[in-house]
Amino acid sequence: MPDYFHGYSVVGLVAVLGAVFVAAAFTGGRLLRPVAPTREKMLTYECGVDPVGDDWAHTQVRYYVYAFLYVIFAIDSIFLFPWATIFAAVGFGAATLVEMFIFLGLLAIGLLYAYKKGVLTWT
Amino acid sequence: MEFFDVAWRLLVVMLAFLVLPLLVGQAEHKVMAHMQGRVGPMHAGGFHGWAQLVADGVKFAQKEDIVPAAADRRVFQLAPAVALVPYLIVLIAIPVAPNGVVGQVVDAGIFFVLAVLGVGVLGQVMGGWASANKYSLLGGMRTAAQLMAYELPLLLAAASVVMASGTLSLPGILDVWQWWWLPWQLVGAFVFFVAGVAELHRPPFDAPLAPEEIIFGPLTEYGGLRFAFFMLSEYAGIVVISALTSVLFLGGWHGPFADQLGWLWMLLKTAALCFLVIWMRVAWPRLRADQIQRFAWTCLVPLALAQIALTGVVKVVFL
Repeated sequence: MPDYFHGYSVVGLVAVLGAVFVAAAFTGGRLLRPVAPTREKMLTYECGVDPVGDDWAHTQVRYYVYAFLYVIFAIDSIFLFPWATIFAAVGFGAATLVEMFIFLGLLAIGLLYAYKKGVLTWT
Repeated sequence: MEFFDVAWRLLVVMLAFLVLPLLVGQAEHKVMAHMQGRVGPMHAGGFHGWAQLVADGVKFAQKEDIVPAAADRRVFQLAPAVALVPYLIVLIAIPVAPNGVVGQVVDAGIFFVLAVLGVGVLGQVMGGWASANKYSLLGGMRTAAQLMAYELPLLLAAASVVMASGTLSLPGILDVWQWWWLPWQLVGAFVFFVAGVAELHRPPFDAPLAPEEIIFGPLTEYGGLRFAFFMLSEYAGIVVISALTSVLFLGGWHGPFADQLGWLWMLLKTAALCFLVIWMRVAWPRLRADQIQRFAWTCLVPLALAQIALTGVVKVVFL
């Protein structure tokens, strides 16, 4: 088995270990704790008064625009990682540096545009 | 022997995962108390209340497990595990000492670590939504917003270190690390550490929890063992972010006699950063949700972009 897959199989084992830990803790907890549900106990907590309105209240998701912003930026920055490992290799040097500034410039313009549009003010 | 080697590594990672967050938690009790002119827990265990968190754990395990009738039951119950397990998985990739003292060398180390860390925050979003509670929903929304705002500077600052070292592997980064990277990557270190603390919702970035304002955000409806899991994930998160910051920016195991004492330097650097995280909680008041957003987008992101430019220029022109 190549080293590459061996590494990730150990990572997989850790994940299994984590799942076992969680399962053991929850099972242990079930054996230790009392169970005495009442109707009042199962009510949604709202500062002591009976809950008002729907459970999943409608809220205005004002984060929408920069959720969008985030997706664009994050996808861009993911491509930085493979590029970053080779950009200084022999024969790349100056060309990749110019590319980098073009890339950073695009990101900066995007941020500036969002700023001008008022996406980055919250009042 | 291959089998025992892997089993041994898993055991050490599991032990670190169970012990280090408790040490940080206890340190927080005592450090906060002394910074505020108190003595903190003194009773449990006898000596300066060392067993306080053990007592807390025993209490948590015995408490009734209440799932609100209105909640999305399965998701509600699973959320604490989703919040906790990623931090265990990340620990396997963090190098502790030179010559391959690391749980497992993962080729795409830094990439892998950042991807898994993002999953941890999803646990809180799940809890916030599944609770069917208005405070939880508000907190969950703020958590999601904060995740989006701070993931970007975190990625960019990490990318700067990758550019400097030319490798994604965490032990590989440490192998080529030089002391002068410290000033070179200083801005990146600041951005990475602050963004990491913000992703953990530690004060002053704890608007998603905000106990005086929205009860406890996504954790409002949680109690007992599941609540303890969320707490444990917060402290495991502090350990992981501090350890990653010391590996990426402070040279990890580099120090005098690194071959013998590497693990000690790594632990000391991590502990110092954990102390800083606790100090931040005592020193600064909570930022408002909008201030948190503005800080990320108009301060940290431009700083991270500037760091990338600096890294690129120095690397190509001078090296």
